[in-house]
Amino acid sequence: MNYRWLLMLILLPWWLVACQQQDPYYADDATAQTPQFGDTLIMGTIGDASNLLPMLSTDSSSSEVSSQIYNGLVRYDKDLNFEGDLAQSWEISADGLEIVFHLRHDVKWHDGAPFTSADVLFTYQLLIDPQTPTAYSERYKQVTQAAAPDAYTFKVRYAKPLASALISWAMAIHPQHLLAGKAIAESALARAPIGTGSYCFVEWLPGEKIVLERNEDYFEGAPYIKRIVYRIIPDLTTMFLELQSGGLDYMGLTPLQYARQTTAPAFTRRFNRFRYPAFAYTYLGYNLHRPLFQDKTVRQALSYAINKKELVDGVLMGLGQPANGPYKPGSWPYNPNVNSYPYNHEKAMQMLSAAGWVDTDGDGIRDKDGKPFEFTIVTNQGNDQRIKSAEIIQRRFQQVGVKVKIRVIEWASLLKEFIHPGNFDATLMGWTVPIDPDGYNVWHSSKIGKGQLNFIGYKNARVDELLEQGRRTLDQQQRKIIYDEFQQILAEDQPYTFLFVPDSLPVVAKRFRGIKEAPSGIMHNFIRWYVPTAEQKYLR
Amino acid sequence: MVPLLLGITLISFVVIHLAPGEPTDMQTELNPDAGVELKTRLRAQYGLDKPLTEQYFLWIKRLVQLDFGTSFSQDHRPVWDKIVERLPITVLINVLSVGLILLIAIPLGILSATKRNSMFDRWTTLLVFLGFATPSFWLALLLMDYLGVYLGWFPISGIKSLGYDYLSPSGQVWDVIHHLLLPVMVSAFGGLAGFSRYMRSNMLEVIQQDYILTARAKGLSEWTVIAKHALRNALLPIITILGLSVPGLIGGSVIFESIFAIPGMGKLFYDGVMMRDYPLIMGVLVIGAVLTLVGNLLADVGYALADPRIRNS
Repeated sequence: MNYRWLLMLILLPWWLVACQQQDPYYADDATAQTPQFGDTLIMGTIGDASNLLPMLSTDSSSSEVSSQIYNGLVRYDKDLNFEGDLAQSWEISADGLEIVFHLRHDVKWHDGAPFTSADVLFTYQLLIDPQTPTAYSERYKQVTQAAAPDAYTFKVRYAKPLASALISWAMAIHPQHLLAGKAIAESALARAPIGTGSYCFVEWLPGEKIVLERNEDYFEGAPYIKRIVYRIIPDLTTMFLELQSGGLDYMGLTPLQYARQTTAPAFTRRFNRFRYPAFAYTYLGYNLHRPLFQDKTVRQALSYAINKKELVDGVLMGLGQPANGPYKPGSWPYNPNVNSYPYNHEKAMQMLSAAGWVDTDGDGIRDKDGKPFEFTIVTNQGNDQRIKSAEIIQRRFQQVGVKVKIRVIEWASLLKEFIHPGNFDATLMGWTVPIDPDGYNVWHSSKIGKGQLNFIGYKNARVDELLEQGRRTLDQQQRKIIYDEFQQILAEDQPYTFLFVPDSLPVVAKRFRGIKEAPSGIMHNFIRWYVPTAEQKYLR
Repeated sequence: MVPLLLGITLISFVVIHLAPGEPTDMQTELNPDAGVELKTRLRAQYGLDKPLTEQYFLWIKRLVQLDFGTSFSQDHRPVWDKIVERLPITVLINVLSVGLILLIAIPLGILSATKRNSMFDRWTTLLVFLGFATPSFWLALLLMDYLGVYLGWFPISGIKSLGYDYLSPSGQVWDVIHHLLLPVMVSAFGGLAGFSRYMRSNMLEVIQQDYILTARAKGLSEWTVIAKHALRNALLPIITILGLSVPGLIGGSVIFESIFAIPGMGKLFYDGVMMRDYPLIMGVLVIGAVLTLVGNLLADVGYALADPRIRNS
């Protein structure tokens, strides 16, 4: 499942991470052909999967492959609402403390064994077992009681209502009959998984490819596409050449490829391009422990000094949009009515002067109490977009009399030597955006400690209160009110300057039909994609 | 050799542990689900909570039983398995490209030396240095685009076609050769300069010797003088270079392997370093160290075999 909470984007460019989208691109169903079975979809991926037991892996390649092989109890539908997956229905008690899942009766594991509530209970027990090297245990430890009263019912109880409780059960359910009684870290299933999903595992050649074949007995009907092959191609340029030569049917494009290299008829004749906002944003975070950034006016002035539109145009070739908060524009928690800090050079100048930063010695750099306004932006190596953004911002800050240096540091060193010890002035990084708006771990003042995610040291009593309320409230309407206020306070405080939300830019070979864009992406109805018999390319 | 090997492992072990970051970072860093408790638990599972000296002795203890341990990456596989599955393709490409280099560079060097300062000499010098100076990833991408996408003569990347399993045995062999042509050519092009220049200067030195003059004075044909009398002596230093390139056979270039999507040792090692997968890094380093020492030994033995003067002294 790709709905993991915020995970920092590092080696994986986010345009490969997830698939989401905007308005309908082409209505293929109007020309209604009957879908036909067969053919293979070859996907390009930059990294090999690490482990196909979903609870043991945290990388996006593994979760992408696993999402075809396994199911959770619930999932998000195409419009990002909850729907049943292995559970056909569920009830939440009036006090919000208990969830009862009613499981489907017609589900079989790929080896033919029936799926029952024992598998769910077993998965839960594995997740909280201290011997299991999983990164996901924390949210299942909130469960006070879990039980499987009969073969198709599963019950969990919480001590306090938890808004993200339901979605935590989107975690892939692991097979009890194959894993029980063995050390999970040594299980052979990590390399040859058995799940309940729409595709069965066939073959994995490390560093080369992973092959899946459709599950004929899938409970939602067998998928039309016979096979999925994930080809591991670590270099994006090679991947693009491979796509052009016909060796790939699907990849995520870079903004440059989308804007400049895929517009010719020779390309558009063979491929459909898609474009929709990604679940991610890039920000400039100020270390609030530093005296320089403790004045809110200064942070606001810096936000006015940055031209976000220019960043989107220059860094993303226009394929993105300015960000003004931590949520994805268009999603339900997003509040459009906050100050978006449009670029305003004059206003930035005035506000900096008003805050006492004036260029007294005429060297072009503002100063206050004899100290010049200069600081360093740190960012990680290997992410060109962040480095370019930092350079563009550097120039804009220069224009308002603020001197900025840029330091690009290898990822592990950046975290260990700079971010976690609080040894930085400002940092340019990104977050992925979860579908559930709970931002407790990033913004709550209790998360300021070393190694925690509120590394900029943001502290606001009202925000703390709102975040605590928000994660304990189950009603979406009420949560919306809470998170709207939260976004207003963030916009006012500007602990980050929210820079931009990039677009996901997947491209799919034209012979694939039935693709429908929805807020969740294009992959939501993958089992209904098909290729007309006459156009099928891989017959075996 | 054993103390030398121990020294190498000790230094490597300390150096990789000095680098900031830990194997558990992949799972816990900036992950809101990962609490402090999880970090300590994972560290304990990997044995990272023990003092460094103890970790080193545990590692050595396993190593002497030829156990390279289990990878710290999320796949938890034995390091030996991970290395072994990537060795054949890496060795194959390196052997082929060294073979190709020798095949071209030796005649090229000889001809350049015998026709010193001729047009041929100048043009080959220019060519091999162009090859030396050209970034291989750039050349690779150009060739892929032209020969692969535009002309469609070669596959772009990987080592096998998708339908490999359905091909006849001879078809399978041809498929692999077809895939390897571009990478081997590109990597050989960059290596021509070194060998051909070596060969040229060795040859130049040798043909100015008195015994060559003697051979010519005896009335031997120019071919016999060069091929029999000069070549054998000029080839001697090549043995040393070949010996030194033995450890290189298992090493791959990350950039090169990434460009051609070849699952080789270079990418494995690079990913291992980025993830701070200590057992894997140590495993590759130990094999590299052993091969370096063996390569040196082989070069010495080969030298003695080829040169009676060394054997006798």
